Amino acid sequence: MNIPREKLLMMYERMLKIREFEDRVRVLFAEGELPGFVHLYLGEEAVAVGACAPLNDDDYITSTHRGHGHIIAKGGELDRMMAELYGRATGYNKGKGGSMHIAYPKLGILGANGIVSAGIPIATGAAMSAKVRKSGQVAVCFFGDGASNEGTFHESLNIASAYSLPIVYVCENNLYAVSTRQSRVRKIEDIADRSIGYGMPGVVVDGNDVVAVYEACKEAIDRARSGAGPTLIECKTYRWRAHFEGEVDTYRPPEEVEAWIKREPIAPYEKLLVRQGIASEAELKAIKDAVIKELEEAVEFARKSPFPAPETALEDVWA
Amino acid sequence: MRQLFYNQALGEALAEEMRRDKTVTLWGIDIGPYGGANGVTKGLWEEFGEARVIDTPVAELGYVGMGVGAAATGIRPVIELQFSDWITLPMEMIVNQAAKMHYMFGGILEMPLVIRAPIGGYLNAGAQHSNSFESWFAFVPGIKVVVPSTPYDAKGLLKTAIRDNNTVIFFEHKKLYGTKGEVPEEEYTIPFGEAAIRREGKDVTIVTYAYQTLRTLSVAEKLAKAGIDAEVIDLRTVKPMDETRILESVKKTHHLVVAQEIWKTCSVSSEVAALVAEQALDYLDGPIVRVTAKEAPVPFSPSLEEEVLPKEQDIYDAVLKTLGR
Repeated sequence: MNIPREKLLMMYERMLKIREFEDRVRVLFAEGELPGFVHLYLGEEAVAVGACAPLNDDDYITSTHRGHGHIIAKGGELDRMMAELYGRATGYNKGKGGSMHIAYPKLGILGANGIVSAGIPIATGAAMSAKVRKSGQVAVCFFGDGASNEGTFHESLNIASAYSLPIVYVCENNLYAVSTRQSRVRKIEDIADRSIGYGMPGVVVDGNDVVAVYEACKEAIDRARSGAGPTLIECKTYRWRAHFEGEVDTYRPPEEVEAWIKREPIAPYEKLLVRQGIASEAELKAIKDAVIKELEEAVEFARKSPFPAPETALEDVWA
Repeated sequence: MRQLFYNQALGEALAEEMRRDKTVTLWGIDIGPYGGANGVTKGLWEEFGEARVIDTPVAELGYVGMGVGAAATGIRPVIELQFSDWITLPMEMIVNQAAKMHYMFGGILEMPLVIRAPIGGYLNAGAQHSNSFESWFAFVPGIKVVVPSTPYDAKGLLKTAIRDNNTVIFFEHKKLYGTKGEVPEEEYTIPFGEAAIRREGKDVTIVTYAYQTLRTLSVAEKLAKAGIDAEVIDLRTVKPMDETRILESVKKTHHLVVAQEIWKTCSVSSEVAALVAEQALDYLDGPIVRVTAKEAPVPFSPSLEEEVLPKEQDIYDAVLKTLGR
């Protein structure tokens, strides 16, 4: 495992941030504090973190409706995210976007997206932009198994491979698109096999093993940055919760859910870090305590923040 | 003054803006060595190379979406759709992404995206090659809609579109590409939201745009012979619309005809009519009359297309109707 210690600990911290943030959002939402809808990333932490860890701040990502994990993995701050979920003026989007549209271009975060698969051409455009500007930046595009059936996927991957764009497509295959088990609507099992049709490498990874995700993505990111073109990486994973909070999950067998929760990515990673002498249990606990403290402060910050003034509703239509 | 064809004027705008700003990048189908289906991008691939004049596959949703991502990250894409009829494919990227990202993200990124697309009929091209969808895009907050009728306007408005940090849909009528007009050598731009008074008059205001502007001017000559003095206002931009000039004109002439090419329901003409009814009702001495396509897809056979799309006679009759003659 040839990963710097700093990076390994950063990945631990970020996975914890996602886990704690999402679990708190789950509770806050159930208690009626958050308007609208939330789609939680619980269980998939290793995908976002492993894929974002090799990136620089000015590399790009596009995210999905289930985007809190990607945004935190790319360096999003918990307080500004929480404030956005609360619809406050201090949120990343000044309250105009909410959970599904959080964006922060300074960290290359080109937005969570309420339209399934819409981030795929957008990320492809960011990669084209990097190529035209010769900037050396890379784009990582997150999307799900359902999204891989959309036309945007087909068109974007074809374009990216034709022009050798600096992009990595990361498919989070959690087996279901809302209630539809993908095997009912897609003939092939491994989405990575579609890579053959686009002339790019396709890789299947255990999405619950953050080191495996990191290694596969780093290789693809380096390849993209070198000008050798895109890669399609499929991370097999699973979401703990229903599609959105409030949905009754009638469509997944409880034993399946239980089995995947047992295969969750954080506890085995903790054991790995201790076993390999990367960190002591006390050091890991200190990281966890700091995350929880940051989260508490984020919730307080959000609760105390003002709602945006009504007049601001008509601002920002035009640049 | 020199005369340029409409398509040449557009090409000149592109070349000048690409020289002025290295981030202006073109893509679309057949725009490279081929020079574009309507000759607009002729010579640009030779001058700027394949890094900035990019031939795309047939994938409108993909390459317009790519424009959205590039516009959000430091490039100014000017994308050519070979026919505006297939703007339906990238609607998602235009309406849900480009139009909304600046707003939804609280103003933290810009969307300097231009999509150029040929519109219109009178070519016997049939229902899927004769559309005009300007009203769809004027409807959505966050999108500007441009409909130039002359080479001078085409060049000046395209330069403005490219310099605008918002999403601009730039509709070029197919019948106009081969029309010629005066275009100065000196640098100029035309701002959005300023209609052009093509003909001053005192008896009736005719609001029009794109190809219908030419047909309306031809009708105005006939009307003049009948002693009717028509004021012809060419919108130039549907969004933003020059409400001031329209209202000023109607307050002077007391009569309004709106002459557009395409269907009536929820169209640009509906918007102009509503504007005048809301803000200048007391000035009207006759009903607002709209000239539009009839309620059918544009048919192929010349006798049928002639029936569905507005005739010049329809504009003439509309003027008589509003004047109560």
